Amino acid sequence: MNRPEKIDFIMAGVGGQGTILASDILTEAGYRSGYDVKKSEVHGMSQRGGSVESQVRWGQKVYSPLVEKGRADYLVGFEMLEAARWPAYLAPGGVALVNRYRIFPPAVNTGKADYPGEEEITRLIAGRARLVWWIDATELAAGLGHPAVAGVILLGAMANFLPVEEEVWQSVVQELVPPRHVDLNRRAFAIGRALTCPVPDSIAR
Amino acid sequence: MSKVMSGNEAIAYGAYLAGVRLASGYPGTPSTEILENLVRYPGICTEWATNEKVGFDVAVGAAYAGARALVTMKHVGLNVAADSLFYASYTGTEAGLVVVTADDPGMFSSQNEQDNRRFGQFAKLPVVEPSDSEEARRFTMEAFAISEEFDVPVLLRTTTRIAHSSSVVQTVEGHLPRTRRDAPPAEEKTSYRSGDHAFVRNPEKYVMVPAHARRRHPVVEERLQRLAAFAETTPLNQVIPGDADLGIVTCGVAYQYAREVFPTASFLKLGMVYPLPVQLIRRFAAGVKRLLIVEELDPFLEEQIRLMGVEASGKQLFSLVDEYNPERLREWSAKAAIIAGLDLPPVVPASLPGRPPMLCPGCGHRGVFYVLHKLKAAVTGDIGCYTLGAAPPLSAIHTCGCMGASIGVAHGMERVGVKDKVVAVVGDSTFYHSGIAPLINALWNQSPITTIILDNRITAMTGHQANPGSGATMQGEGFAVDMERMLRRVGFSLVDTVDPLDYDATLQTIKRHLETAEPSVVVARRPCALQTRFKEPSYLIDPVTCTSCGTCLKLGCVAVSKYGGTMAINQELCVGCGFCAAVCPQHAVKSSTGVAN
Repeated sequence: MNRPEKIDFIMAGVGGQGTILASDILTEAGYRSGYDVKKSEVHGMSQRGGSVESQVRWGQKVYSPLVEKGRADYLVGFEMLEAARWPAYLAPGGVALVNRYRIFPPAVNTGKADYPGEEEITRLIAGRARLVWWIDATELAAGLGHPAVAGVILLGAMANFLPVEEEVWQSVVQELVPPRHVDLNRRAFAIGRALTCPVPDSIAR
Repeated sequence: MSKVMSGNEAIAYGAYLAGVRLASGYPGTPSTEILENLVRYPGICTEWATNEKVGFDVAVGAAYAGARALVTMKHVGLNVAADSLFYASYTGTEAGLVVVTADDPGMFSSQNEQDNRRFGQFAKLPVVEPSDSEEARRFTMEAFAISEEFDVPVLLRTTTRIAHSSSVVQTVEGHLPRTRRDAPPAEEKTSYRSGDHAFVRNPEKYVMVPAHARRRHPVVEERLQRLAAFAETTPLNQVIPGDADLGIVTCGVAYQYAREVFPTASFLKLGMVYPLPVQLIRRFAAGVKRLLIVEELDPFLEEQIRLMGVEASGKQLFSLVDEYNPERLREWSAKAAIIAGLDLPPVVPASLPGRPPMLCPGCGHRGVFYVLHKLKAAVTGDIGCYTLGAAPPLSAIHTCGCMGASIGVAHGMERVGVKDKVVAVVGDSTFYHSGIAPLINALWNQSPITTIILDNRITAMTGHQANPGSGATMQGEGFAVDMERMLRRVGFSLVDTVDPLDYDATLQTIKRHLETAEPSVVVARRPCALQTRFKEPSYLIDPVTCTSCGTCLKLGCVAVSKYGGTMAINQELCVGCGFCAAVCPQHAVKSSTGVAN
C-alpha cells in the first residue's frame, strides 16, 4: 500500500459514542506505523449528550494539533447529523465514512426542526468528498450485543485505506480497550474490515 | 523511548520526574487530568482541595517545608487563589513551587477567556508556556529548577489545545509514565511524610507583616531583573531560522498554527513568556524585514515588544477573541496580503439543528429545575452540570457568574426587595468550594432566601472527582462531611433533604421553604446518574391515554421526543428514573416492566 506523507482525520459524534477511544486507537496505530502524530479533543461540556469531535493527524512532522479546514483526508461520522457538520474540513477528494445512525437533537425532539434525510446528508458531504461510505455500524455492533463498539467497526472499515499492518491494529486494540472486551473489539474490527475496499479515483465519481 | 501523551499527562509525568512530593488542586477543565494522572505515581501526596486557594496554600506549606510542590487549576481558579499567589511571590519558598494555570481560549467549558499570562506580570512571577506535550514535560521540570534557582513560584500556563491534545513525549528508562490503567500505588498517606523536612524559621521572609513585606518588595523587583537576564539565554526561548522576509514571535499552541501557515518564516518561539528577553527580541527583529506577533487572546507579548520600540504587527491583524486555528490564521494573513489563501471549492451551505449538552437522562437536577420553573422563582445559579438548568425548556436559572456566586447574589436581590421568591441553587462541590461563607452571611443577616444544594455526591461536570461529601479521597475511601449536621449546627433551623426525582416531595418541600421568612436550605440529594450508571427498566408512553399535551417535553430529557406529532420514549436512552411518569397529567407514561412480559 502506498504511504501518504500525511493523513488527517476528523471524527465527529455525540458524547458517549466512543469517539475518544476510537481516536486513541487511530493515533496510536499511526504512531506505531512510523508517523509523527497529534490528536486533539475537547472534554468538559461536550459530555452530556452534546456534539463531540476529535481530530487526529499523521505526518512526517506534525505541528498543529488541529486539522486545517479543507485538508482532512477522512471524515468519520459516528452519527449522521454530526458528520454533516464537517464537510468543509474535508480536502477535495477526501473520503467520508458515516454510521447510518440517528440521535435526535433537542430541536428535533421537540418538533422545532427536522432531522436531515440520508440523501440530504450525502449531498452535503459529497460536495467535497470523493467517496461517501454508509456503514450500519451501530446496527452491526448491536448484533454483537454492544452498540458501543460501533466506533471500532468504523475504524475497521477505514483500515482498508490506511498504511497500517493488521498486527499493529490488533496490538493497539488489545492494549487500549478494557481487557474483558478485547475479543469483542477484535470481532468488531474484522466486521468493519469486511465492509469496504479501496476504490480507485477513476471510478469514485 | 517515547510515548503519545496528552499535555496534562505530560505535566504529571514531568512533575514526577522532577521529584514533586506534594500536589494539590481543584478540578477544572482543562486542568483536571494532571492530578488524576499524578496520583498513579509512587511517593507523591496527591489530593483534591476544597478550592484553588486552599490547594495553593497546601502547596505553599509543602514548599516552605522543603518539598517540591505542584498546584493545578483552571484559569478562573487562579482568581480564587490570587491572594495566595501574591503573598507567595513576596515570600518565595524553600523548595520548588509550580502553579499550573490552564486557560480556556474559546471557552469550551468556562465563563470567560481571561489571559492568565497577565498574572505573571501582575504578581511579578516567571511564566512558562509549552507548545506541545514534550514541552509540557520538559517545561514542568525546568519550572521547578527556575523556582528554586530564583526563589519564586513559577506559573506554568497551558491552554485547552495543549492540555487536551496528545503528541509524542520522550520517556526515561526506569521512570516510565503511568497510564489510566495503572491503579494508584497502595501507600499509606503517612509514607509521604519522610520526617526529614526541617521547616526553617525565617519570619522576615515568611511572615508578611508590613515591616517584612516592605523589605521583600525590593527583593521581588531585583528578582524580576535577574529573571529577565535569564530569559535572554534560557533554551526555553528558541530561534528557528528561516526566511529573513518574515519573522514571527509567538508562544504556546499559536506557534504550531503559525508553523503550518508560514512554513518558511523565521521564528522566535518564547517558552518563557514573562519576563521577556529584550535583547533577544531586538536582535531577532533586526534580522527580519517584517515582524508579526502571533498570540491567542490578549496582546501580552505585543504590548511589551512595542514598549521596547520594536515595530511589529499583531492584534491589528489577528483577533483578540476565541481560540486560534490554522484556518483563522491563514484567513487573517491572506487578508493582510502576507500569504495567499487556500483555494477551496465551495461546500453546499446547510442549516443544521444544533446539539447542545443537556442534563442526562436520570439526572436529579431535572426535578429541582422543573419545580422551580413551575413555581416561577427568581433563581441565581452557580457553576456545574446544573448550569444546564438555564437552557430551555427548563429555563430555571437566571444568573450564573462564577463559583460560589449564587448565594451572595440571591441575598443581594432579596435585600432590595425583588417581588419574586429568591432561590439560590448550588452544587455540592461548589458549596464546599465557596458556598459556605455566603450561606453563613445569609444566615447572619437573616435573609429569607432559600438555598437549594444540588447534592449528587460528586464533582460531576469535570468527570466525577470526589469532594468532601463523597466519602472518598483520590486514594479511595475516606471521611465524609455531614452536610445537614453542619448546616443545623451553624444555626439553620429549617433544613430539609429530598430526593429531587420524588416530584411531590420536592414540590411540597420547596413550596414550604419559599413561604417561610427565615433563611433555609433544601438538600436535593441524588447520586449522579452518569457516575452510578443508574439503569432501571425503561418507561413507555401509552398512545391511547396520551393527549400530546407536551408536559413531558418540558423536562428537557433527550429520551423523550415528539416526532411526527406523537410522544415517544427512546428505549435505549431512557434509564427508567420515572420522573416523566410522575409529572404526566394523563398518567400515560408507564414502566416497561410487565409490558414486556
